[in-house]
Amino acid sequence: MDLSTLRSQFPALAQSNDGYPLCYLDTAATSQKPQQVIDAMNHYYQFDNANVHRAAHQLSARATTQYEAVRDKLCQLICAERREEIIFTHGTTESINIVANGLTSQLRQGELILIDSAAHHANIVPWQELAQRTGAIVKPIPLTGDCRLDITAFDALLTERPAIVALSHVSNVLGTVNPVAELVARAKQVGAITLVDGAQAIAHMDVDVQAIGCDFYVFSGHKMYGPTGIGVLYGRFDPLDKLTPLMTGGEMIKTVSFSGTVFNQLPNRLEAGTPPIAEVIGLGAAIDFLNALPKTPVREAEQALLVYLQDSLQDLGDIALYGAHSDNLGAVAFNLAGEHHQDVGILLDQQGIAVRCGHHCAMPLMQILQLNGCCRASIGVYTDKADIDNFITAMKSVKELLL
Amino acid sequence: MSQLIQPSTADFLALEFSQSTQATLALFQQANNWQERYRHIMLLGKNLSKLADEYRVESAQVRGCESDAWLYHSEIDGKHYFLADSDARIVKGLVTLLLIACNGKTSAEISAFDADDYFSQLGLQGQLSPSRTNGLLALVQAIKAGVVDTK
Repeated sequence: MDLSTLRSQFPALAQSNDGYPLCYLDTAATSQKPQQVIDAMNHYYQFDNANVHRAAHQLSARATTQYEAVRDKLCQLICAERREEIIFTHGTTESINIVANGLTSQLRQGELILIDSAAHHANIVPWQELAQRTGAIVKPIPLTGDCRLDITAFDALLTERPAIVALSHVSNVLGTVNPVAELVARAKQVGAITLVDGAQAIAHMDVDVQAIGCDFYVFSGHKMYGPTGIGVLYGRFDPLDKLTPLMTGGEMIKTVSFSGTVFNQLPNRLEAGTPPIAEVIGLGAAIDFLNALPKTPVREAEQALLVYLQDSLQDLGDIALYGAHSDNLGAVAFNLAGEHHQDVGILLDQQGIAVRCGHHCAMPLMQILQLNGCCRASIGVYTDKADIDNFITAMKSVKELLL
Repeated sequence: MSQLIQPSTADFLALEFSQSTQATLALFQQANNWQERYRHIMLLGKNLSKLADEYRVESAQVRGCESDAWLYHSEIDGKHYFLADSDARIVKGLVTLLLIACNGKTSAEISAFDADDYFSQLGLQGQLSPSRTNGLLALVQAIKAGVVDTK
């Protein structure tokens, strides 16, 4: 693939906003979609629209073949052992809810659930709810002063033999990367069930679930250049097979009679109802898009751009960066002097700059950082140096207006 | 909008705007670019003195704002008066623009007030969209609901 054409594959990036070119620095919230993803979904609706796994007719056969092919692509993408370990969900949040709910009968009163202090709410609230149901206890793993997970504190917590350890692979606010393989290995030594939220990692790095060694790994399609409404729950076969289904109904059953129901095998057992078929097919196209990229140059360019973004903000002056390390992925969190993040966001928007401002669905992290909120600029494969330069120019105008 | 703590009638009546609505409109219509418009917004925000901490309470908070915003309302002699504050400067300015239009008005005037049209005239289209996190739409709704409640 010619990298110079990469950006032009994203039609949404070609627009302008009141005369300012759109500068999309909100990829961590949702990525833009390449034309081939949009085309794949259109093609399904135009020519192959049918329900999957059910009908005897050709349309359904075509739809089912495409749908199941995406499961194989995902299996390869994250190095799962078996295709049955890939469950389609509606997103990261649903994936975590399926796991947290499915573990209810396996957890006992007083058992410990460790969660990442920097996690977003989707990897906090389902565990709190699980704790409510079972009498388990949720404890956050502290952060160090430079906003990394505190490994010493983690080790100390492991002596309490937690039943579950839920981690983020990459922080959605800070972009910091957790050494998940190392953390999972330690958690496994004390027998914990482990879940890694890969929502912010999957588009920026190679993910090998067997190398990480986790029981569950979850992510969303829309943050990896695919559609919204589709997510993935990976689980090692045995722990996945032990989960009680969150949703019951059609598709997930083997036999139903009024005297009782027998559930189907994995993966269908955890995929009740008609799935988001077009979205699964769109996700397949997104994986094709990612696989066609010359991985090393693209990853290196993206990393150089992130460091350039961190450095440019720092050079601007009057900027507080949070947890900014050169090995972070995708995102930079910052505030302008003592100014309110929303003022900064509104004034950036006037200049066509799309960033996220707020608590980023990570209120506990904001409390640790003692912030009401912050701004976050995040990048993707289509982000270029001109985007960063436009952003910095816009930040200069914001500074002029506010300071 | 019944709140446990409520500023006094004198507090409400003390808020006066040096700019009338017409003068404010003129100011914005003369602005050549967004920078000038937002400078005016922030300057206008300075007309609202900071609400004392005792009034910056959750019961007065307007939902839907990414920043914190508080709104108090009182009906005095058939007219509606408001006090408000926000911890973000632009939101505070936008709130001031709303109060300039609504303070001291009758129920009928406030019910008839077209906030969309008002902000468009100020060159601030789109501020009321439900996707905006400035909470302005929620503030307009709170003002209108408060007026209806006390009818």
